Amino acid sequence: MTAIIEEAVDSAAIASASSKRKPLWQLAIRNPAVIFGGAILLIMVAIAVLAPFLGTVDPTRIDPAARNKKPGTEITYRLDNGTSFKHEAYMGTDTLGRDVYSRVLYGTRVSLIVGISVAVLALAFGLVIGMVSGYIRWLDGIIMRIMDGLMAIPGILLAIALVSIWRAGLITVIFAIVVPEVPRVVRLVRSIVLTVREEPYVEGAISVGTPTWTLMFRHILPNTIAPLIVQGTFTAAAAIITEAILSFLGIGIPPETPSWGNIMSEGRTLFRIFPHNILYPGIFLALAVLAINVMGDGLRDTLDPKMSKKV
Amino acid sequence: MSDQKPVLEVKNLSVALPQGGDRLHAVEKVSFTVKPGEIVCLVGESGSGKSVIAFTIMGLLAKALKPVSGEILLQGENVLAANEARLRELRCTRMSMIFQEPMTALNPVMTCGEQIDEVLRTHTKLDTTQRKTKIIGILTRVKLPEPERIYASFPHQLSGGQRQRIMIAMALVLDPVLLIADEPTTALDVTTQAEILKLVAELQEGQGTGVLFITHDFGVVAEIAHRVAVLRWGELVEMGPTEQILSRPQQPYTRMLISSVPSIHPAHRGVRLEKETVLRTEKLGKTYAGKSFFQKARVVKAAVDVDLDIRRGETLGIVGESGSGKSTVARCIARLIDPTEGKVFLGKTEIATISPSKLRPHRRKVQIVFQDPYRSLNPRITVGDSIIEGPMNFGLKRGEALARARKLMETVQLDPNALDRYPHQFSGGQRQRICIARALAMEPELLIADEAVSALDVSVQKQVLGLLDEIRQRLNLAVLFITHDLRVAAQICDFVAVMSQGRVVEYGAAEQVFGAPKHDYTKSLFAAAPGRDWEFGKFATA
Repeated sequence: MTAIIEEAVDSAAIASASSKRKPLWQLAIRNPAVIFGGAILLIMVAIAVLAPFLGTVDPTRIDPAARNKKPGTEITYRLDNGTSFKHEAYMGTDTLGRDVYSRVLYGTRVSLIVGISVAVLALAFGLVIGMVSGYIRWLDGIIMRIMDGLMAIPGILLAIALVSIWRAGLITVIFAIVVPEVPRVVRLVRSIVLTVREEPYVEGAISVGTPTWTLMFRHILPNTIAPLIVQGTFTAAAAIITEAILSFLGIGIPPETPSWGNIMSEGRTLFRIFPHNILYPGIFLALAVLAINVMGDGLRDTLDPKMSKKV
Repeated sequence: MSDQKPVLEVKNLSVALPQGGDRLHAVEKVSFTVKPGEIVCLVGESGSGKSVIAFTIMGLLAKALKPVSGEILLQGENVLAANEARLRELRCTRMSMIFQEPMTALNPVMTCGEQIDEVLRTHTKLDTTQRKTKIIGILTRVKLPEPERIYASFPHQLSGGQRQRIMIAMALVLDPVLLIADEPTTALDVTTQAEILKLVAELQEGQGTGVLFITHDFGVVAEIAHRVAVLRWGELVEMGPTEQILSRPQQPYTRMLISSVPSIHPAHRGVRLEKETVLRTEKLGKTYAGKSFFQKARVVKAAVDVDLDIRRGETLGIVGESGSGKSTVARCIARLIDPTEGKVFLGKTEIATISPSKLRPHRRKVQIVFQDPYRSLNPRITVGDSIIEGPMNFGLKRGEALARARKLMETVQLDPNALDRYPHQFSGGQRQRICIARALAMEPELLIADEAVSALDVSVQKQVLGLLDEIRQRLNLAVLFITHDLRVAAQICDFVAVMSQGRVVEYGAAEQVFGAPKHDYTKSLFAAAPGRDWEFGKFATA
């Protein structure tokens, strides 16, 4: 009879040992949505990095002779040293004669920098505040009421207010977008911490005398990573749009810096006659946000399979 | 009864598992019959395929699983060949199913009456008043008090037992010929379980319904079954009348399974040892008071005036139904929650009220093993790291801690080389052994086992119980054993405290409490234990 018991135990051991779990990133890169979004995003990054080598001219160069040209017009630029060169404006020029193609490509830099830095900063602040709020019970009420207060103000309005307090500039814009994004991350992290801290393995760690900091970093924090990556993609997409809106309203990135929002803002006055000033940056903006969101959806499906079945 | 045409015939049924599983078939070549007025129990451990059979009969199988051969005849009609529309007609009118979890099986936003009404509206042409009369009738038949009030109640307003009665009412309202019950009493307390079992038996006798009853509990089998089918890894091991299977099993697996069921009669233990007291509680209490700005605070007394003491080498069991406060007491003693009243003495130190920093050195002395082996180990770190975490917190070097962990793996009968594996690579019973090793790594004086074997199959449970008892003797440990299972308590405890509604109602040597219970609650608890009159594992010589 004991032989049977041993056999049962052994077979269970063999069965479970053979089912090794694949790392999540390996699953993630097999998801078609992740591949599609990731590919577009990679192209965007390449454009941002390689902008000077993609047939662009100085995006801030003003040329009164080449104002408001339709896409495909060939423009002759005269340099200060007297020489001149020809350049085909694939996307036309704006009211100051700047090359829209060059501006849109350089604008990718601003958008990606804003998207990535806002996501990273919002996650970092949100993670710390959320962990503290979820774990230290007496601080929870205070922190969450502040976060509620921040969330009660529409994000764009809050960003406008913050930009108007500080001087307009890239860093100001980034911070102005981070502030309204942080409470969302805090809520997410807090909810995870509240669930995980009740898990028996956390209580087990408490009962073997694990110090609070180790407990947080070793046992609780890793559970927040997957949802945070997903949240991060959506934050990045929202940040790119918010930056474009702020720039469009003329309170974001200074107008001389090319950003998609700035280009569209400047194109607004002559929109009916020269739609290309809004069309091309608009396409890039839509494509970037779409790619990030599609990738985020894909990541959520692989990192949180329960969610994908429901949707 | 025996010459009647069976209501259900399962012939040579095989259900394939998706590729990459640990075996090819969830169910393989299983055949059995259920006759009218008969209760057939499908018994088996987890993963034996018993629920798959039930779901296949109902046509509710998940898409990944496919019946590949055989047939299921319901009064001669093959349900495997029936299309979705026909299956819908058959469900409720000819075959019904009740599930394990009565809370999730009912829709929380509909009243119970409406939910039964839905069945009638779908399958009959009765008008509103006729339907209402029929529903009130069936609610009376399942012995629910005040059927009119129950009709208008929402599921959350009823107790677990009442909800299961609603499920049974819904299943039986159209007088089906076959009732499938998938572990219907597993989520219920023992006293409620006894009532539900009695109800099922009565109802099917009155109606001549055939019942296919799925369970893992041999107590339930002894209580209710006419015939028993034992399953293992999807195959039918043995089938026969209950008497025969329980007392003269032919197959070694059946014998092993039945003899693993702990006896309800306590072993001869419980001699008060003249040893030092490890733990003593004095009027220990925990009150939960919900704080609220706008409402009156809700006060719940989870534990009141609990006095316990455990000496070195003794096992004290706390038994009680869910919500009796037994886990609260354990967590207060381990200081996972702070007690609100009373004192806890660990040796001579009072630990109920000391600050967390002063508590830390004492943490080592009390270790706890939890119920759910799948959630008690951090899935992201290796079991080795889990085991050495505690000793390293108290200053042991990694190398020394690992050496200790290797030794402990041997103590709990696991391969020391498995330390660098992750928890998901182990089975439930193995994980529970690892949890015990993690607790022992701290060299505790008191080991708390909070329902530590409740989630395990009976054969694995026997091994883990044996291990716990052996460790207690070898290391001279004091063990606080918390369980709802009277059989387990009878086998492992020297002393037993029976808890009900936060209070200890009876406390004494196991033999005395089990042999001659004094308190009414204890008596009712023992009376409700399924299969209490059956001595499992004492086989007649065949």
